[in-house]
Amino acid sequence: MVAQESHEHAAPQGFIRKYVFSLDHKVIGLQYYFLALTAVFVGMVLSLLMRIHLVWPSATLPLFGDIKPETYLSLVTMHGTIMVFFVLTTAPQGGFGNYFLPIQIGAPDMAFPVLNMLSFWTTFVAFLVMVAAFFVVGGAPLHGWTGYAPLSALPSAGPGEGLGADLWITSIALFCVASLMGALNFLTTTLDLRARGMSMMRMPLTCWSWFITAILGLLAFGVLLSAGILLLMDRNLGTSFYVPLGTVNGQLTGHRGGSPLLWQHLFWFFGHPEVYIAILPGMGVASQVLSTFSRKPIFGYKAMVYAMLAIGLLGFMVWGHHMFMSGMSPYSAFAFSIMTMAIGVPSAIKTFNWLGTLHRGRIQFDSPMLFAIGFVSLFVSGGLSGPFLAQPTLDIPLHDTAFVPAHFHLIMGVAAIFGIFAATYYWFPKMFGRMMNERLGRIHFLFTLIGTYCIFMPMHYLGLAGQPRRYSQLTEVAYLHHLIPLNRFITYAAIITVTAQLVFLFNLFWSMFKGPKASDNPWRATTLEWTTATPPPHDNFAGRTPVVNHGPYEYSVPGAPRDYIMQTDPATVAAH
Amino acid sequence: MGLVLLCVIWLITFVSTYFFVAKTWWLPTGASAAAAAIDHQFAITFVLMGIVFIAAQLALGLFAWQYRDTGSGKGASYSHGNTRLEIIWTTLTAILFIGLNLAGGPIWARERFQPAQEDATRVEVTGMQFAWYFRYPGPDGKFGVTKPELVDPSTGGEGALGLDPADPASKDDVVTGIMEVPVNRQVEVILRAHDVIHSFFVPNMRFKQDAVPGLAIHMHFTPTETGDYEIACAELCGLGHYKMHGMLKVVSQDDFDKWLAAREAEKQ
Repeated sequence: MVAQESHEHAAPQGFIRKYVFSLDHKVIGLQYYFLALTAVFVGMVLSLLMRIHLVWPSATLPLFGDIKPETYLSLVTMHGTIMVFFVLTTAPQGGFGNYFLPIQIGAPDMAFPVLNMLSFWTTFVAFLVMVAAFFVVGGAPLHGWTGYAPLSALPSAGPGEGLGADLWITSIALFCVASLMGALNFLTTTLDLRARGMSMMRMPLTCWSWFITAILGLLAFGVLLSAGILLLMDRNLGTSFYVPLGTVNGQLTGHRGGSPLLWQHLFWFFGHPEVYIAILPGMGVASQVLSTFSRKPIFGYKAMVYAMLAIGLLGFMVWGHHMFMSGMSPYSAFAFSIMTMAIGVPSAIKTFNWLGTLHRGRIQFDSPMLFAIGFVSLFVSGGLSGPFLAQPTLDIPLHDTAFVPAHFHLIMGVAAIFGIFAATYYWFPKMFGRMMNERLGRIHFLFTLIGTYCIFMPMHYLGLAGQPRRYSQLTEVAYLHHLIPLNRFITYAAIITVTAQLVFLFNLFWSMFKGPKASDNPWRATTLEWTTATPPPHDNFAGRTPVVNHGPYEYSVPGAPRDYIMQTDPATVAAH
Repeated sequence: MGLVLLCVIWLITFVSTYFFVAKTWWLPTGASAAAAAIDHQFAITFVLMGIVFIAAQLALGLFAWQYRDTGSGKGASYSHGNTRLEIIWTTLTAILFIGLNLAGGPIWARERFQPAQEDATRVEVTGMQFAWYFRYPGPDGKFGVTKPELVDPSTGGEGALGLDPADPASKDDVVTGIMEVPVNRQVEVILRAHDVIHSFFVPNMRFKQDAVPGLAIHMHFTPTETGDYEIACAELCGLGHYKMHGMLKVVSQDDFDKWLAAREAEKQ
């Protein structure tokens, strides 16, 4: 807790300094949020095109015309990459983390405002570079978001593996640099800028989740950055890190001695922590919202913190579970498998504690709460397919089938998106000073919850029946023919669910300008962001420095005058 | 809204569970020695995870409805948790997950730790964009040398593999586009790939293994039912990934011997 004065900077004048190259963490948070919003709509449209082509391969689509197999695979690649990096990593951490971490711990800004600005604009450039891959000769790469070498290392291995693949790797490398800067900022801010009385164990669970996510980011993105640079060297400088002696279509590749498995080890050393980078902030938000709208303290605060720390730690020891079928030593599979199963334990603790928070609460069903409850449901459904895939024995039938996308979409895709939705509905009043429409919120929730289950639950059945991932058509392999009707059902569900997101978009932008004015603390919540003005002033607390006297979730305290005690309320407000 | 949540969550739970229990879409019929054990491990996992799934979702729906704010003015209970419950819960899940894992261990060990038997039928399986080639060593029991610089897919199977005609061991090697093996005898597959990673997936055999450039991966399985079984590529390998399939024919030992002899005769 160093002197905070040194981090203060005067409110900027002029449009560019205020809204474009802003140093204010709140503006940067919103910039991240709207970048993610743009990205999520791009990613969603790509997935819709995929679903349509998969079940009607000969259909001609507006803008795209005929979709060729290689076009389908570039949709696969770009959907995955955009969603994982520019949505699931960007919105929860860059967006809400940036906006609310400093306010929730009582700081006037992030520790390094210039670094913060730089990190956003690097992410922005990374996004432009990524999207540019669509528009170069050969189009976007077809190697999937995991970019397995040698497919990703050899320009001759397919269309899209030329300039498109170079742009793809460059974009990811830029994103890594941005995320490293962001992670440093988050860690320093959390450790050094907490207000008086805000001990680590008084931080809201959201702050813990952003803090742990930043640790994971710091350790994981560096590895991906290095792996990406090596891949660029293999592609452009004639090195052979990932490519052994071999031929493509009868032509020698000119490489020798490299190891395709090296890329997989490096990629998944990043890739597995990455799924926790996507989901941990969602866990934090779900905890915050469930407690607020149950009007109860979170069940087992300490257990929640330790569970997140355990998930973060174990998350670095399980990357090999993506590689059970890769040719890696079958002995190491045992160790990776046990570690993976062990992650189930802290995950189960969290679920148990969320249910414990609801139990004997006084539940209010505002939109943030609906999405938090949806988050728990999806977390359970997506989580429980994990112990299937964690067993190498069951990966023999299930690996690389539709069972895998079913699993990770439910948990790190949709559950994380529900976390983002819960956060949006919860913090919208603070960010924009107006309330979102509740009726539209409910419609959006019901369509999205039922819709996503209709999309992803049947994918488990497809995986069991042996449908491999990343097939652009199901017509060529006879045993897949009987799965086409179920695939059509999924496509219909996807069309409806995507359409329902327009309700959200309308609600978001309409409420921004026309929603009823919000009070400073519309949810009667306890954490610091609700003690300041709506929207918060440039330095967050208008010159005051908050002093924290209470834990983050003091709801329904017996003897207290209201059913909540804010963290800054005088210590004497109730004995507990 | 509490009642709506209860109905929606419970309905999702029951419908999802129904299609699993009814086995409307299920694992393809197993036709190998490992299938029974793998399917059994799947069934155990499925039942245990299914119980947790149903219990957690039902509780979630129930709590949402039961503890809704009814406007009666009755406050929520003030509790920060219960350490004893946490410990019980943690121990139970740890036993469940780790136990499940240990139960599946021996199956994995049998399939992957032990080398193939001496008398196994040996087949080299090579993946390349976008076809599978199968090679049998012939009467000498030895695979001839292949060289990447000799690879020429336009000249048929042997050329596609880059078989070196100068090597005496390659004289009697048989290269085919379909894989034929005798029933009830272990098959040793030696997996290779020329260009990018492919994955040799035979759902009915409960067999899957990546074929990786630069590696020769030795695996085995034992077919127990005669018949034709489709082979699919399960690792993204390029634009033709979806059509990179092959056929595994499991026949009697007699039929296999006749078939292989006929292929040898064709070569001479």
